[in-house]
Amino acid sequence: MDVQQLTFIIVGLTFALYIAIALWARAASTNDFYVASGGVPPVLNGMATAADWMSAASFISMAGLISFMGYDGAVYLMGWTGGYVLLALCLAPYLRKFGKFTVPDFIGDRYYSQTARTVAVVCAIFISFTYVAGQMRGVGVVFSRFLEVDIVTGVAIGMAIVFFYTVLGGMKGITYTQVAQYCVMIFAYLVPAVFISLMLTGHVLPQSGFGATLTDGSDLYLLQKLDQVSVELGFAEYTSGSKSTIDVFFITCALMVGTAGLPHVIVRFFTVPKVRDARKSAGWALLFIAVLYTTAPSLAAFARINMIDTINGQNMQGTNYQQAPEWIKNWEKTGLIAWDDKNQDGKMFYAGDERNEMSVDRDIMVLANPEIANLPSWVIALVAAGGVAAALSTSAGLLLVISTSVSHDLLKRNLMPSISEKAELGYARIAAATAIVIAGWFGIHPPGFVAQVVAFAFGLAASSFFPAIIMGIFSKRMNNIGAVSGMVTGIVFTASYIVFFKFIAPELNSAEYWLFGISPEGIGTLGMLINFGVAFTFARFTADAPHDVQHMVENIRYPKSE
Amino acid sequence: MNEHRGHAVGYWKANLQLLLTLLLVWFAVSFGAGILFVDFLNQFSFFGFKLGFWFAQQGAIYTFVVLIFVYVYKMNALDKRFGVDED
Repeated sequence: MDVQQLTFIIVGLTFALYIAIALWARAASTNDFYVASGGVPPVLNGMATAADWMSAASFISMAGLISFMGYDGAVYLMGWTGGYVLLALCLAPYLRKFGKFTVPDFIGDRYYSQTARTVAVVCAIFISFTYVAGQMRGVGVVFSRFLEVDIVTGVAIGMAIVFFYTVLGGMKGITYTQVAQYCVMIFAYLVPAVFISLMLTGHVLPQSGFGATLTDGSDLYLLQKLDQVSVELGFAEYTSGSKSTIDVFFITCALMVGTAGLPHVIVRFFTVPKVRDARKSAGWALLFIAVLYTTAPSLAAFARINMIDTINGQNMQGTNYQQAPEWIKNWEKTGLIAWDDKNQDGKMFYAGDERNEMSVDRDIMVLANPEIANLPSWVIALVAAGGVAAALSTSAGLLLVISTSVSHDLLKRNLMPSISEKAELGYARIAAATAIVIAGWFGIHPPGFVAQVVAFAFGLAASSFFPAIIMGIFSKRMNNIGAVSGMVTGIVFTASYIVFFKFIAPELNSAEYWLFGISPEGIGTLGMLINFGVAFTFARFTADAPHDVQHMVENIRYPKSE
Repeated sequence: MNEHRGHAVGYWKANLQLLLTLLLVWFAVSFGAGILFVDFLNQFSFFGFKLGFWFAQQGAIYTFVVLIFVYVYKMNALDKRFGVDED
């Protein structure tokens, strides 16, 4: 059986599983649809959160990205995990006690203001759409590479599956399919990593192979060799980066705080039965995420050594193209790797200076890994299924936030408060269906700015939601004027900075023009500080929050209900 | 009511103290060891890693996981001590 047939079978089996789960977990009420009736056990919620969180980008691109960035890759590793500590300690338990459905719910009630609610809804929808466009594209890309169908068909199949379980099952359907998707995804990620670790270092665990000696007889540590080779080839040393310390600091912080402020992550903590479970569930989520996030940097290093060895050869003189391994020729067809024989010697050479003859796309590091390591074809099929699982699970979570924002925050709590629960559930389903169609359209016709706007999603979450929620819990007196002016200044500042450097004057987007040397990716941190500053200043000179609101804040601080 | 309030204040104070301690560790392993002092720590080696690099790409993440579970454990005890636990 060839790779393609195997891929069809494995991907098909996982799809059948997702659909079976969706049929079993249908939503009967808005409470089911929005928060799975708050009845999800903490371990399963942790798993679902992990699947929700790890997107096509985490699965396909992150290891490759780190592989090219070396030490600097730490901004993603720490940034996308450290936020869970903030979530667990400062947000999740209190929001669970608050016990409503969405983030705009909290902002609107806590700051007794429809303006605050509306600002929050707009941010939630914008952040989620930004994100989901990339996911749908991810589904299309995986389909087209592994199954050789075109991207439009790939996106359409992905849309149909997500449509089925999101519209039918809402949060309940999504949660239980995400649990299955986590299992598929993590298995698909670990299998090739373990094989490669064994091959290069003899260690089963990639995390320990990362710090072990190579089995090639050189007796060098993997990272030592990588540092040496990188310098010889004209790259920066692998274990030291090229970004400035302040930029690394600000980007890491913006990603952490942004993670803790992303609505599709926060909403997952509304689905567990108790405050105690919300805390525990954040711990499980991070544990499940950490399995992939500690494997990724190991995989990055292995893949880099492997790639350099294959292209440049053991003696570092270049490999004759005629003798190049099969995978290079396979992936050349997709354009992910290309060779331009500049010195006409018929040999490939990869370097960081003028000797370089290769262009290598970062995505190849995960996608082609099984072939680079000569793994059996079922592993290749598994990686395809894992990539699709990662993309589907994240899209479903985001689509639910969009649909809830429309049916609950916009219609029920704002425009038409008198609609019945049944009507609200109907609107939620219509909104979910519409969002899927729009997301699919973005997947087929990706706006050129998708990659650019990811900084937006985190920057906005960091500079708007995070401070507003934190102040809402930890400062009883914070009032509507303070919070709204803080959110608005935070967003306006962050958005203008990003828009200026990414769209208006991209030619100026370099360290010498940045404010304090902070890149647009890290500016959300400054936006957050501005938000806090403005909010406290305004709140000082205006009346404290009314008594009933202060009482509510008091109440969410204690797990026991009154 | 007054006794209840005093109780509640005590609980909140203990909670904040625990929170700040854990966040201090959180900051120290990531922003401290992984970013601000990474060059200094890199002169030491830890198995086959430079120590600062290890914190940035592995150690910080392990610590994060441990921190949350320590928080869960300590908070459950605190809830019980102050009688604010659910059920």
